[in-house]
Amino acid sequence: METGYRVNLMICGGTGCIASGSLKVKHALQEELAKRGLEKEVNLVLTGCNGFCAQGPIMTVYPEGIFYEKLKPEDIPVLVEEHFLKGRPVERLMYKEPEKKSTLPVMKDIPFFNLQVLRALRNKGLVDPEKIEEYIARDGYQAAAKVLLEMTPEQIIKEVKESGLRGRGGAGFPTGLKWELCNRVPGELKYILCNGDEGDPGAFMDRSVMEADPHVVLEGMIIGAKAIGASKGYIYVRAEYPLAVQRLQLAIDQARAYGLLGENILGSGFNLDIEIYQGAGAFVCGEETALMRSLEGKRGMPIPRPPFPAVQGLWKKPTVLNNVETYANIPPLILHGAQWFRSLGTEKSTGTKVFALTGAVNNIGLIEVPMGIPLRKVIYDIGGGIRKGKKFKAVQLGGPSGGCIPENLLDTPVTYEDIVQTGAIVGSGGMVVIDDSNCMVSVAKFFLEFTTDESCGKCPPCRIGTKVLHDKLVDITEGRGQPGDIELLQDLCGDVINCSLCGLGQTAPNPILSTIRYFRDEYESHIHDKWCKAGVCRTLTTFYVDPETCKGCGACARVCPQKAISGERKKPHEINQELCVKCRSCYETCKFGALKIGPGRLRGELIARAREKELKGVEQA
Amino acid sequence: MPKLTVDDLKKIKEEYKSTFTLREGGYRAKITVHMGTCGIAAGAREVMNALMDEMAKENIKDVIVTNSGCAGFCSREPMATVEMLNHAPVKYQLLNPEKIRRIFKEHVQGGKVVDEFALVAGSETSY
Repeated sequence: METGYRVNLMICGGTGCIASGSLKVKHALQEELAKRGLEKEVNLVLTGCNGFCAQGPIMTVYPEGIFYEKLKPEDIPVLVEEHFLKGRPVERLMYKEPEKKSTLPVMKDIPFFNLQVLRALRNKGLVDPEKIEEYIARDGYQAAAKVLLEMTPEQIIKEVKESGLRGRGGAGFPTGLKWELCNRVPGELKYILCNGDEGDPGAFMDRSVMEADPHVVLEGMIIGAKAIGASKGYIYVRAEYPLAVQRLQLAIDQARAYGLLGENILGSGFNLDIEIYQGAGAFVCGEETALMRSLEGKRGMPIPRPPFPAVQGLWKKPTVLNNVETYANIPPLILHGAQWFRSLGTEKSTGTKVFALTGAVNNIGLIEVPMGIPLRKVIYDIGGGIRKGKKFKAVQLGGPSGGCIPENLLDTPVTYEDIVQTGAIVGSGGMVVIDDSNCMVSVAKFFLEFTTDESCGKCPPCRIGTKVLHDKLVDITEGRGQPGDIELLQDLCGDVINCSLCGLGQTAPNPILSTIRYFRDEYESHIHDKWCKAGVCRTLTTFYVDPETCKGCGACARVCPQKAISGERKKPHEINQELCVKCRSCYETCKFGALKIGPGRLRGELIARAREKELKGVEQA
Repeated sequence: MPKLTVDDLKKIKEEYKSTFTLREGGYRAKITVHMGTCGIAAGAREVMNALMDEMAKENIKDVIVTNSGCAGFCSREPMATVEMLNHAPVKYQLLNPEKIRRIFKEHVQGGKVVDEFALVAGSETSY
């Protein structure tokens, strides 16, 4: 191909193409190129037989390699103008695959996949988690080798600090800083711990990492151990994760056999051994000081800080505790460097975050996205929107310590700073999408029931405070709410936040505060109108059929477990309120929106009306 | 087992790369059944058993069958990924023993993607 030309056209001059008119096409091209003044930019070459005679005359355009077929002289003016002048290849004239192409979409075309970027989950679904060799084949333990043989603890800490990596367990404390604090504390014996006590309802990020890629946790811990000077490590995993425990144990055994754990790892003179400790599934044991007490064999309860664990942690020795996902980020960070890590995410929230996307979305799963992505993209593009054609109401982030974010804030970018502004937290990554069939007071009640249950009982503000808050919510949802309750709740929430000892109590009121902030009208209608407009709180709900909209299809009558709905075909149906148990089956079934939700007191009125009607019927008879 | 050195790490890496690139290992296909908790709960074990049964019946030696963790799309489990030599991997969704048997016959043996069970083709971005 000659140089100096912008475009090279290879037009076929084989017998077949000449027979079908390629010389005429060539002539037309020459004319047209001259007319447009392109002859210095576009080179025209007549080639030998291309072998694709049936589609002739054919022409290949370089550098793009575009293949035009069955060209006619009359196509040329358009082709020259569009492709060579304006740079828009003419699809109509391009070669088409004769076979029916598979309709299978590719990942880059599907938002669920193309908006994700895998770092912590890079081996997800790719390696056999029970074979250390497969992990090694994917650059496994290369980062450990690098830090053990080539880097000082200070260099590791500098790299991690510069990366901006923040703890992925919930609080978002800078990981490098945590390591630096512990590194500076003198001490012969230090501990490196991994928090696999994933306790948020609806969260399964850490479990999936431990199950799918257990060696990345071990490698992350080796790197952390070198940075702080620890020689002993523990992975605290809840016993409810049997598969994670089994695969981690296998990974530890394999790493020991290869000398990647134990003494003199990779000939570096560095020693580290790691053991698994199974937690009994108490939510509070995700709190670092409580986790350490539990590891010591004591009852899992937090202690006041300071002293911080970096100074006095497990068995009063300097200790660092990081979350599973944090460790999964460390090996690639070390291999590719801090600048690479910062290339995704925002200035203050760098890298990616794994979320367990669940609830009322179409696509439920474990996703990893660059930080800074708007919530709307996560829910509508990755999550595929709301299930069963329902409407979005809120997204719950951060589990029992987090809050709900409403529709009008869906463009909030997912970063530590922006999410906190909304009253929720990024947390460990539980993302529960809530549709309009949910009552937000009940959502808050659900989380408070959880935290009341899980409060360890050590400090009264949390032990008693969460109980009182929960009782108040039960009152409101059962029709005993009184004016002033909202203010009382807000007051009490503030007290529990300010006075509790650990993160559990300090964040437990968040679900209440955020639902009051964005869904105050629901609290008000529960308290003042005794009306749960979502039809969830049974005492505050009456289901009835709107005779105007009812088509008389009978679908509701068929699903009613109480046989409380009756009516003739194609005539409006009616609910016998005395039999109705408010199970919502009819409401969910009706395709015409004929089933309505009224306030609780409507039930009495409807019953009275029905009796009156019955009486009239008897009188007339 | 002897303790590893850095050179050993490199050796293992080269040796086992073949399980990811197929070509070097002389295999023509790799089938990964995703067996995280979500997959197992949805029936991945039965899918795996059916697949092993097909492999044994046909006496196949040049196809790798392996398991792996959660593929990330939990609501579509059980899932499996079929990667044919020189082709982009194809992820199958909502599987059961009958479906995996058909996929084995038509895709792995016949070279034709079973569109009706397939979710997507290609690999995810890792960066």
